Amino acid sequence: MRHRELNEILKSEDKDSVTSAGIDLSEKTRSASFLQEDNMVKFYKSKMEGVEILGMEEALRRYPETKEYFGSNFKLLNREYPEDTEGGYYIRVSKNRVVDLPIQACLFLKRAKFSQKVHNIIIVEEGAKVYLITGCASSKSANEGFHLGISEFFIKRGGHLNFTMIHSWKEDVSVRPITIALMEEEATFVSNYICLKPVKDVVMYPTAILKGEKAKAIFNSLILAHPYSFLDIGSRVILKGENTQAEIVSRGVSLGGKIIARGHLKAENKNVKAHLECRGLILSEKGTIHAIPEMESDYRDVDMSHEAAIGKINKDEIEYLCSRGFTKEEAQAIIVRGFMDVEILGLPDLIKREIENLEEKTLKGSF
Amino acid sequence: MLEIRNLSVEVAGNLIIKNLNLDVRRGETMILFGPNGSGKTTLIKAIMGFEGYSIKEGEIIFKEKKLNSLSTEERVKLGIGIMHQHPVKIRGVKLHQIAEFLCPDREKIKKFAEQLFLEEHMHRDINIGFSGGEMKRAELFQVILQEPDLLLLDEPESGVDIENIGIMGKILNDYLKNKDKSALIITHTGYIMDYLSADRGCVMFEGRIWCMGNPKEIFESIKKAGYLKCKECYAPQRVK
Repeated sequence: MRHRELNEILKSEDKDSVTSAGIDLSEKTRSASFLQEDNMVKFYKSKMEGVEILGMEEALRRYPETKEYFGSNFKLLNREYPEDTEGGYYIRVSKNRVVDLPIQACLFLKRAKFSQKVHNIIIVEEGAKVYLITGCASSKSANEGFHLGISEFFIKRGGHLNFTMIHSWKEDVSVRPITIALMEEEATFVSNYICLKPVKDVVMYPTAILKGEKAKAIFNSLILAHPYSFLDIGSRVILKGENTQAEIVSRGVSLGGKIIARGHLKAENKNVKAHLECRGLILSEKGTIHAIPEMESDYRDVDMSHEAAIGKINKDEIEYLCSRGFTKEEAQAIIVRGFMDVEILGLPDLIKREIENLEEKTLKGSF
Repeated sequence: MLEIRNLSVEVAGNLIIKNLNLDVRRGETMILFGPNGSGKTTLIKAIMGFEGYSIKEGEIIFKEKKLNSLSTEERVKLGIGIMHQHPVKIRGVKLHQIAEFLCPDREKIKKFAEQLFLEEHMHRDINIGFSGGEMKRAELFQVILQEPDLLLLDEPESGVDIENIGIMGKILNDYLKNKDKSALIITHTGYIMDYLSADRGCVMFEGRIWCMGNPKEIFESIKKAGYLKCKECYAPQRVK
């Protein structure tokens, strides 16, 4: 590794965009860090025993068994995946290791018209517990950029992964994340997706396969669609094991862009419990929100439900806050912040506060 | 402090307030009586400048400034505070957020919340799952933190049990002891008058101020004979 500190790598003009994707450049509040710029893996460092973090090519060289993981979740679903990837991160957390400070991985788009295509693998061994923040961001120079991020997660028996993906792109960048998580008995997967900045389009439909009994998957998303942004964001959970549970919660706000909020719950065993919730606020006449919740079951003994609500902010709520001295803009911002509730993400206080600050900063500039 | 001159207010095409005149002096507590539908709440909402309460004629003057074309928050910044009769519920907005917006002193907020038994409500979404009494306490909590010069209280005691009226009444009384603070209070039950010394009372009928006088005497006669009789009475203080 040429660089010893994450902070040394990025040009000063790029630091803000990376920070706005949840990356702590000082590394102080993180247990391990990874950075890839375009197709170059530039940095990886773990500060904690039991947390391994590498670039994908390096991992494939060093640990031949990585090949068995690579693409295996796609095979499970009989799906093809793009093979022309370069880089990506490899993270492995050893058995029973509880990692309090989050791991961070940054995928950064620097050059104009560049197509960044990465393939990531995360292995959470039995009983391990870890928080991962993936910050995806683009430089001001990355005009008409493209990002494809394949992520395969393997959460072993009793493992716990909280994966928070924060997107901070710009209005002419296209983004295609493809995620499949495979979960063993009693494994927990919390997937948070946060996109508050303008983007050209994001299309994604991450899937969790709950193979083991009593596994649990939770997908949360907080999406702000700026004018001309198109966000087609879904979450799918296949409940294969008995007594598995799933929850999908989506909060979308359109400032003029289009949001498609999809959700798909599929029960393939008995005694599963699953809930899907989609709420949308449209703040501009040009905005569109389309909620498409789906549920299917081959079994009788299941408890599956969904609720969806779309609308504008109630004017009485704005008026109430104005009667306390808020301006209309301030009232709208505080209501939207409350709607995009960071509490739902199940994060420890430190990251929760970071995301609240990000949200506040973005929303302040949005009205 | 507050002068209303020849005010007419329309709501959804209906003229609700008709050429109304009213003064609330500096340091004065004025009680506003009147049957349902007489326009009391409309008057308060027009003073606040809420949407849909359009002034057709006349003017509202506060601290020598004409309010007619000011936004609600500008009126609030001038020193008007309201305790809503039916406060809205707002998902995701916590009581402490509004409190901290109104008052920079965290210690004061904490103490005042304890006084009104609202400690647990501070981190809850505002008014969601609050009982009627809790909502009223939360309303009083916010409006007093705001420290307005003119309090507009729309039925502060409705839905509140006797014990809580006592707590709220004491807080209001302490606040209004300050010679610079004024209040316009709508009450049906009159209970609130047991806790604070009201200076004047007036009765509203059909969008107009009908009479003005000693608030306790007015309330006694309304209690005795009802609003119908009250309307027939052409008291010497009758406002022309």
